[in-house]
Amino acid sequence: MSITYLEAIREAQEKALRDDPRVYIYGQDVAAFGGAFKATKNLAKEFPGRILDAPISEDAMVGSAIGAAIEGMRPIVEMQFADFSTLAVNQIVNQAATLYWRTQVACPITIRLPSGGNPGSGPFHSQSLESLYAHFPGLVVMTPATVEDAYTMLLEAVDIDDPVIFCEHKYLYNRLKSAELPESGLPCHQARVARLGRDLTIVAYSAMVHEALAAAEQLRKEDIEVEIVDLRCVKPLDVDTVLASVARTARLLCVGESWPWGGVNSEVITSVVTHGFHLLDAPPQRINSKDTPVPFHVGLWGAHKPSTQVIVAAARRLYEW
Amino acid sequence: MLDTLNPPKRNVVPPVSREQYIKAFSWMLLARTVEEKLASLWRAGKIAGGVYLGKGQEAVSAAIGILLKSGDIFGPLIRDQAGRLAFGESLVDIFRTHFGSRTGPTRGRDGNVHRGKPRDGYHAMISHLGSLVSVVAGALVARRFKGDTSAIGATTIGDGGTSTGSFHEAINMAAVEKLPLVVVVVNNQYAYSTPNHRQFACNHLVDRAIGYGVEGYTMDGTDLRSCLEVVAYATERARSGHGPQMVVGSCLRLSGHGEHDDGFYVDKNLFHTALGRDCLKVAENYLQEQEWADEALVETWRRNAKQQVEEAVAKAQREPLADPSDETWCPYATQRLAQALLVR
Repeated sequence: MSITYLEAIREAQEKALRDDPRVYIYGQDVAAFGGAFKATKNLAKEFPGRILDAPISEDAMVGSAIGAAIEGMRPIVEMQFADFSTLAVNQIVNQAATLYWRTQVACPITIRLPSGGNPGSGPFHSQSLESLYAHFPGLVVMTPATVEDAYTMLLEAVDIDDPVIFCEHKYLYNRLKSAELPESGLPCHQARVARLGRDLTIVAYSAMVHEALAAAEQLRKEDIEVEIVDLRCVKPLDVDTVLASVARTARLLCVGESWPWGGVNSEVITSVVTHGFHLLDAPPQRINSKDTPVPFHVGLWGAHKPSTQVIVAAARRLYEW
Repeated sequence: MLDTLNPPKRNVVPPVSREQYIKAFSWMLLARTVEEKLASLWRAGKIAGGVYLGKGQEAVSAAIGILLKSGDIFGPLIRDQAGRLAFGESLVDIFRTHFGSRTGPTRGRDGNVHRGKPRDGYHAMISHLGSLVSVVAGALVARRFKGDTSAIGATTIGDGGTSTGSFHEAINMAAVEKLPLVVVVVNNQYAYSTPNHRQFACNHLVDRAIGYGVEGYTMDGTDLRSCLEVVAYATERARSGHGPQMVVGSCLRLSGHGEHDDGFYVDKNLFHTALGRDCLKVAENYLQEQEWADEALVETWRRNAKQQVEEAVAKAQREPLADPSDETWCPYATQRLAQALLVR
């Protein structure tokens, strides 16, 4: 018996719906069809009237979720792809993110963003938008890398009183499996050391944690021991766990699938340089996707995003610096 | 032009009574008095940022405010001072928000028209036009989940706001969900400086209603009686399960976009048409024609409104302003997240 990352997301929603009458799901094709990726499969049957198909109106989907949250509901909005959430950016960043600050009324909405690249998905079905949303105060931006985190963090997303952008990675949906779901997990604002090491720290999140783990296994053969910090949640950012790791290894490499300019990697490096410059024996490095739209062709796509081999090479250079 | 009301259905709602008319007029008068005071405070440099007035739109706004009931939902926009008051806003909160008082509903974090008490059904608009319509619709979705079948929601928008994608998405979505939502479009002829003919190409904005599958009505926004009748009908239809209602009231904005704007671009001829009438003056004349109130009585009400406003201003001015050293500087409602940020 094993459960996938995608099934964990479905299971978390099922549990949230079962445990909390305030929860409902709104999104395109989420009801009888079960969602474009089947993340809401059979939920409409199980919870009649609480899984609502939306028109192709991302702005109104999020706007209405905000209104419902003000009235005490806990809506989960499914974007069909993270890429389409840009059509709702105004509602997310100006309405949801500012509501509590402006009015002292909380806005407990969860917006699920099927994120990241998959072979052949091209410029408009592949984006990683965590850096965009992390820029705006008031939003919580979660980027789970494991089946366990996909489950417990989605439950936490529904539970907390702030708007959550839940970046679930499409590449992990069916590729990542676990034996069973946990009862509980770390709170979202704590990062996790995914692998202990001695020689350098790789900070990653979402699917890039797995590329980093694969890179670490290769580097082990060269007697380079890599420590990996899985951020889990990029906003708020657990700088303490990163600094503690850098204090042990004195070297930092950040890996993220989003674009480089002003992103999560930049923020992590800035924080480490600001608060832990004295800990560093080498200049911090980062690997992002290339600064172009995400390409369609599988070969181009593979070269566009950070790969195990690119991470291995960068880590080796950093180790030898 | 589509007008679901014309000609015969108007008698579905009871005729406007003296009591109701006077109640609405009093809110209009109070709103005008508030806004004259705001303009004067702004000119005196007592208010930072902008001051945006609803002069000329009080009749539409007051009609909405008094026809909503306790437990209903209201999403007002920038020119809705009359409706806000009629819906229950306290006078002092208006000035607190404009001054940036720590005691105000936004505690100095937001100002002027961006105020509300969302948990009480009184929503706090953001500046992005059209985006409040779906929020009010969502609040009605929540009411439906909670089994509240009596509440309705109303929101307003200008002629310019109808051009936004947000407006379109929200009305379409509300129509799909058959929500008891009343959308009142106030066509005041100008969106900031842009006239109707550069804003839309349909003959009349109400013609859009049929495209959305909602009922649509027009009204003379300068005539309180027309506003009370039509909004009463629309709210009644929404309340009795007929889905979203679109009401288009026409009038002329009798101020600049904000007090920083003298409105030099407005076609001066419009002031001499029926659109350019001052709804407050029209209502006052009607009160006298009907012999519901004479000039002396209106003058008493006017003095009373002034006194209430002066007292509210004085109270707000005695209260502390927002202070950076008291501010939490934390945008999160979730305590453990706020705590985690504080520790760092």
